[in-house]
Amino acid sequence: MRAIAFALRGFLRELRSGEVLVLLAAVALAVAAITAVGFLTDRIGKAVARQANEVLAADLRLRSQTPIPEVWKDSAAGFGLQTAETQRFPSVVFAGDESALTSVNAVSDEYPLRGMLRIADSLFGEQREVNGVPGPGEAWADGALLARVGADVGDSLSVGAVDLTVTAVLTYRPDQSIGFASLAPTLLMNIADVAPSGLVGEGSRVRYALLVAGRAEQVAAFNDAIEDELPDSVRIRSAEDSSERVYNAADRAQRFLSLTAVISLLLSAVAVAMSARRFALRRMDTVALMKSLGATQGFVIAVALSQLVMLGMLGVVIGSVVGYVAEEFLSWLLADLIARDLPDPGLRPVILACGSAIVLLIGFALPSLLQLRSTPPLRVLRHDEMPPAPSRLLVAGLALAAVAALLYRSVGDARMLVIIIGGIIVIAACLYAVGRVLVTTMSRFRSGVGVAWRYGLANVARRGRSSAIQVVAFGLGLTVLLLLTIVRTDLLEGWRQTLDENAPNHFMINVQPDERGSVAGLLQDAGIDVPEFVPLVRARMTEINGTSVKERSYPSEDGRWFANREANLSWARELSPSNELIDGEWWPKDYSGPALASIEEEVALETGLGIGDRLRFQVAGRDVDVEIRSLRKVNWDSFQPNFFVVLSPGVIEDMPTTYIASMRVEVTQQAALVTLVRRHPSISVIDLDSILKQVREIIDKASLAVQAVFVFTLAAGIAVLFAAVQSTIDERRFESAMLRALGAQKRTVFAGVMTEFAALGIAAGVLASAGASILAGIVAIQLFDLPYRFDPLLWIAGLTAGVVLVCGSGFVAARGSVVAPPVDVLRAA
Amino acid sequence: MSTTATQNEPVLRAHELTKQVSSPEGTLTILADVSFSVLAGESIAVVGPSGAGKSTLLALLAGLDVPTQGFVTLTGINLSELDEDGRARVRADNVGFVFQSFHLVPSLNALENVMLPLELAGNRDARRTALDIIDKVGLSDRWRHYPAQLSGGEKQRVAIARAFAAEPAVLFADEPTGNLDSRTGGKIMELMFELNRSSSTTLVLVTHDTAIAGRCDRVLSLDAGKLVSDSREAA
Repeated sequence: MRAIAFALRGFLRELRSGEVLVLLAAVALAVAAITAVGFLTDRIGKAVARQANEVLAADLRLRSQTPIPEVWKDSAAGFGLQTAETQRFPSVVFAGDESALTSVNAVSDEYPLRGMLRIADSLFGEQREVNGVPGPGEAWADGALLARVGADVGDSLSVGAVDLTVTAVLTYRPDQSIGFASLAPTLLMNIADVAPSGLVGEGSRVRYALLVAGRAEQVAAFNDAIEDELPDSVRIRSAEDSSERVYNAADRAQRFLSLTAVISLLLSAVAVAMSARRFALRRMDTVALMKSLGATQGFVIAVALSQLVMLGMLGVVIGSVVGYVAEEFLSWLLADLIARDLPDPGLRPVILACGSAIVLLIGFALPSLLQLRSTPPLRVLRHDEMPPAPSRLLVAGLALAAVAALLYRSVGDARMLVIIIGGIIVIAACLYAVGRVLVTTMSRFRSGVGVAWRYGLANVARRGRSSAIQVVAFGLGLTVLLLLTIVRTDLLEGWRQTLDENAPNHFMINVQPDERGSVAGLLQDAGIDVPEFVPLVRARMTEINGTSVKERSYPSEDGRWFANREANLSWARELSPSNELIDGEWWPKDYSGPALASIEEEVALETGLGIGDRLRFQVAGRDVDVEIRSLRKVNWDSFQPNFFVVLSPGVIEDMPTTYIASMRVEVTQQAALVTLVRRHPSISVIDLDSILKQVREIIDKASLAVQAVFVFTLAAGIAVLFAAVQSTIDERRFESAMLRALGAQKRTVFAGVMTEFAALGIAAGVLASAGASILAGIVAIQLFDLPYRFDPLLWIAGLTAGVVLVCGSGFVAARGSVVAPPVDVLRAA
Repeated sequence: MSTTATQNEPVLRAHELTKQVSSPEGTLTILADVSFSVLAGESIAVVGPSGAGKSTLLALLAGLDVPTQGFVTLTGINLSELDEDGRARVRADNVGFVFQSFHLVPSLNALENVMLPLELAGNRDARRTALDIIDKVGLSDRWRHYPAQLSGGEKQRVAIARAFAAEPAVLFADEPTGNLDSRTGGKIMELMFELNRSSSTTLVLVTHDTAIAGRCDRVLSLDAGKLVSDSREAA
């Protein structure tokens, strides 16, 4: 109890004197980084959990691209289950002259079977849960849709041939997708209005679904009963299947943020270790005195531990507040990406942060504090008496255990943990080795330079080990900063590369064969280049080399998914210019022999297909057998209509066909599109520009979020610099006072100090550039599947950042030691 | 707080004290076979040239260090039989210190520095006791000041107040005026002897200054680690 009171008094005094600020800042930073990302991932996790149960708006969903026969609905009713029907298709809706691409959701009155719809009475109005769906002649529109067409609640929207009155703003539906998938805003309407709208015809891109819900065992029984009976065109999905996919998506999104937080945490750990060492060193005299006055080891250690706990608690409080505020900002940035309304975060991140702070302090500060315990009381008489250094095994062991514990929690992936820890150890060892070499080399330059330089370089050399450690700290900080910059830039570039300025910017889908002529004429009149209409035939693969696609084994899950899904087939006489033949041969222009196929290379790889393999497709109830004759590489970035499977002429030409086309439409020509869609309501024109613009906005926001987390890393790096400078501050203060007492000008002393930091900065910059290049390569290839290219700018950036950051922080940190009046310093010594 | 010891009974006894340390040149003997005893209330000065072993002797007597051979008894307790914590407890109950370089805790103000040994010894009335003694050393208007705000003489006054605060049986002083000018040093010694008399504390003083040594009841001379003279035996 006495120890705690004593510790508290000392701690308050230290706080006021600013002595423990760097240590406190390091702990707070680590906690802030963890809580910010922790709060965010916790919210995402809650959103995912909530959606996992609702993601189908049902317990079971039967989905098909053709109407689902009534017999399945009756069968479900026979099992005592509730059912609802939905139809989903893209369409352009109009409000006066304004139009926007919409994802139309037409639902029956029973929808949704799980979860609740939420609506608001006006744009941005208060949302409420609601039972029921829009009645015939009514619609509930996504706020984004209303904004895009300049309409509001009460206005009328044209959907195909019908006019619907908007009676509410749709704010949430249980089966809205999480994440990047659904870019077009939703319009919810009654299924009774679909037929009069004329939007759904033969070959239309409609997804029909039968939703089923009920008691778990009834659902299971129904599932078992129908599974083998269902035609191949109907896919069945349970809530469990869906949630798994949702979890995976969320997991990927969280990984990058966690990586950033972990790196901030590691830098904070370095700062904690350095400032704890100084914290202990400064206490050594006091401890020796207290021991000479009769304090026991137990008392000394109780005081030190109490102060550590107080520091930890204060760090957690400050860090949690900063982290919470940062998270609010992050979730505001990411609101569009994750969900409309994120649930409130729980207290879990704070508990996690407390745990992390404890682990951080135990792993990195405790060894220095334990050393205090054995301070010899004789130090009061002989100042050079030091306690035995803590066992290196203990220090390294504790630190490594702490790092592994902290990292594993956030990374949750042993392979990545090994990559990160391994990379950091290797870089730290290299930095230390080169740091030592630099220190030795520096001392050789001393004779040929002026007094300030000599003083600075002498300092680097004289502080030997400490200089090398500072190079390690600066170097590690910079490595991380550079690494993040590279990773962020590469990710953005990878995404942005898909956006070509002259590529087609509109897609036309669902063009019926007899509409081609009138569409072409309409485009021509408007001065738009008439595109090639590419045929599209719906099919389903049933057999590969005589084996059912369901029973066959595949090299990858994606391959299985591809073989089992509804396939879009096309046929062509000539190879499209956006394709490149990489194996086999293309059929002659006038080919009319047995059915051949050309397969996209990645699909071939994933499904394990090659030249000579035979595929059977079911097209409109008929079997079509084809043989693979070639493999193609497709340039998807061309925005030309492209297909995984292209057949030779004369095979599917007489099957139900729709056409797709891509074209470039300038802003001045867009009026023609309105006419086109009015005249041909079943044709959907997709504005890629607005979708790309949305994608770009999403990328910008996501990268801003990453940068916001990156600020923690930057701050942690600076904390390391401050800790490093602070560990030499007493020495510096005394030396500069000595030099000034001997007649040196303030400016000279400053120049010396700056020379020292510049030397350290250059060394750290060079090493960090090398380290970051290597790590970035590993991260890009192993983690994000992106190609990595060498960038010389990185080295310039590394060196500049090294000198500027180290000199800047060094200036701020060391200024006090230079400007202090020499007489005060020398008297206090 | 102090253990009561009557006059004529040794409060401190050194028995055949030897201290050796290993150095690159081999084993170095800093103290060799030093024996003497100090009676309660007595004031003794330990004198000798630099490197004679004065500070080492002080460290052994106060239990800050342990002898290679021999032993020390303080208020009848054999320090060699105790571990570091045990010796610390003996110091807490019986010993005060005044150092050449003051050794005030920079983060504590004058009052808190004086309270330190009282609190370590579990004194519930630490604050009042400390204020009393600060008044006695003439710093009653400066007790809120931090060490950095005090002159050398004032710092040593605080250190003396701290040393006497717990009414120790033995007060060890290591060159208490070594860092002070002669005028301030004289005043500080005056204060120390006065407090020593009024509290009948045993005083062990290490000094170079023969004038100061001459004011003590007894002078021990060390040279090259050996006790070369003891004024009591000479008398």
